[in-house]
Amino acid sequence: MSKFKLNHLRELESESIYVIREVVSQFENPVMLFSGGKDSIVMFHLARKAFYPAKVPFPLLHIDTGHNFPETLEFRDWLVKETGVQLIVRYVQDSIDRGRVAEEKGYNASRNKLQTVTLLDAIEELKVDCAMGGGRRDEEKARAKERFFSHRDEFGQWDPKNQRPELWNLFNGRKNLGEHFRVFPISNWTEMDVWQYVLMEQIALPSLYFSHERDVFMRDGVLYAKTPFLPMKDDEVAEKRIVRFRTIGDATCTGAVESAASTLEEIIREVAATRTTERGGRADDKRSEAAMEDRKIEGYF
Amino acid sequence: MEQEITSSAYLDMELLRFTTAGSVDDGKSTLIGRLLYDSKAIFQDQLEAIERASIKKGEDSLDLALLTDGLRAEREQGITIDVAYRYFHTPKRKFIIADTPGHTQYTRNMVTGASTANAAVILVDARHGIVEQTIRHAYIASLLRIPHVIVCVNKMDMVDYAQESFEAIQRRFLEFSSFLDLYDLRFIPISALLGDNVVERSKHMDWYQGPTLMYLLENLYISNDYNQLDARFPVQYVIRPQSAEFPDYRGYAGRMASGTFRVGDRVKVLPSGFSSVIKGIDFWTDSLDSITAPQSGTILLDDDLDISRGGLIIPEENGIKQGQEVDLMICWFSEKPLVVGGKYAVKHTTNDLRCLIKEVKYKVNINTLEKDYHEKSIGMNDIACITIKTTKPLFYDSYRQNRITGSLIIIDEATNVTVGAGMIV
Repeated sequence: MSKFKLNHLRELESESIYVIREVVSQFENPVMLFSGGKDSIVMFHLARKAFYPAKVPFPLLHIDTGHNFPETLEFRDWLVKETGVQLIVRYVQDSIDRGRVAEEKGYNASRNKLQTVTLLDAIEELKVDCAMGGGRRDEEKARAKERFFSHRDEFGQWDPKNQRPELWNLFNGRKNLGEHFRVFPISNWTEMDVWQYVLMEQIALPSLYFSHERDVFMRDGVLYAKTPFLPMKDDEVAEKRIVRFRTIGDATCTGAVESAASTLEEIIREVAATRTTERGGRADDKRSEAAMEDRKIEGYF
Repeated sequence: MEQEITSSAYLDMELLRFTTAGSVDDGKSTLIGRLLYDSKAIFQDQLEAIERASIKKGEDSLDLALLTDGLRAEREQGITIDVAYRYFHTPKRKFIIADTPGHTQYTRNMVTGASTANAAVILVDARHGIVEQTIRHAYIASLLRIPHVIVCVNKMDMVDYAQESFEAIQRRFLEFSSFLDLYDLRFIPISALLGDNVVERSKHMDWYQGPTLMYLLENLYISNDYNQLDARFPVQYVIRPQSAEFPDYRGYAGRMASGTFRVGDRVKVLPSGFSSVIKGIDFWTDSLDSITAPQSGTILLDDDLDISRGGLIIPEENGIKQGQEVDLMICWFSEKPLVVGGKYAVKHTTNDLRCLIKEVKYKVNINTLEKDYHEKSIGMNDIACITIKTTKPLFYDSYRQNRITGSLIIIDEATNVTVGAGMIV
């Protein structure tokens, strides 16, 4: 018998596809959370592979903070048109208008935390019993303890101390009415795995990930894009720099890095050499040491 | 700086999953921290964060153990609560560590981490030697049939790097483990704190000629870890696009549990028992010649058979066991004890069924590894041999032969919580 060797990216790919197919088999009304970032784009690519030649049998759900980079929305709409997937959008602005949440105040105000309420409301409204997310365990220490199939109680909360043991490839998605699951198909991928896979599969990404010229300003050691959503202080000055983004989230909390990397190969070289985590540019994680843990317990992505 | 890994090299890397086990204060977190640190898997901002935390805790050197502290509750109590997964790579392999806590009450986490591992790293404190926890860890590695077990005798610096200390522990380990199924067992003397024999060779132990831990992890032969003989394809989902372009497409989607199927293979489909021939193997837009565990794919058959989720495709000539009454080794995870005569939900491959607990045959005394035929009450973290009767026939292999078709989980029907892991005898 010839020796069969599966490279690790193909093994991760097979594992993720297995998880996505389990979701469709075990749940009645799953959605895939889509942010326009590379992780959710890769996750959606895996979903297409899992069901081809049939269409992806669930919609994408985008929780829109209203503070997007226009490139993200353009890309999202292009992808929907290309693939024929159903897209559902729910707006943080609507949650604010309905009085479900109050806008944060001050210079570092962000809608990042408010998203959780909009997301949980959408899950309830759409009777979603499983929301797949592009979270990876290498991103953050609270995420390192996350299961593939993560149970949420009727308040959408995560109980990290009381998670279901997850053995072999047997995923237990049983739940009571009103509860739901978060499932993370690319749990075992690292940032480098995602980039190498994007290159291997030639997956299209928003232009924000590639080097471009942009008006940016420095605040607390992070380079922010100058946007209407993030008011600048008097002593802050915007200047044109050649930058790109390592993660794409809300424009108010996503930092840019100075970079000339304009191809996937160049980005991969840069990722390999870089000495900070990709979330190092995320102001939302810096709020406290347990910022992610706290948000996850409440029901964050 | 680490050497640059080109994309082609990156695509040639294998994946190795390993679990780490040690009792409290064996230096497990330090060892993992050391592996991550020496393989440059730690980023500047993470390093700065633990530097700040080390100073805050009043320590004079960098506490690598802080790297693996996850939840706030853990930092406050200085313990690990749950399995945490860590990632690093070297030019040869990508590694996934299932970092499992050492306390007795968290046996379930070690079982969880062990269930998918190619290798187990068991830590023993050179000063204390083999303790109750060590026996438990070795037993679980054997029970879960982790293919490779590496015993790291840690804190060698605290015993003056003495060869006798290492060898005494090795002897004692071999003594008790002769009752276990550990077929690839290695011993390494290390100091995780100082880095001896972890990534770099120790300068203090000339008497040890074997490999470093990193060398072993990079070079363990793992291609045989999957059962390559018995092709098993549990059907996960049936793909029927019913579109204009693919009006009659009917593909069985799943992931090879073991072995290989090739186009043209004669197969039997269970539970119906009908035979057919593999007409095609699809993956995305590619048509493959073969599919091998652990690949996902879609199998097309010559005949139109009624197959749904839970079905199993096996070679026509290769038998599989079938029955409604099976004996299991179980590890119990719940505070609610196992109820003999009770009914539970079961997940086995892609099948959902129910079972009745018929009897407890014996309980394993985890400290002496003896079978206790009189003790029948099975509580949290107990390991026992039981008989169950299922509502419909199971098609299975013994766990010894097949980790996927030989394993199942037991679920409490009232709470939906996974309460037990079962390995079919």
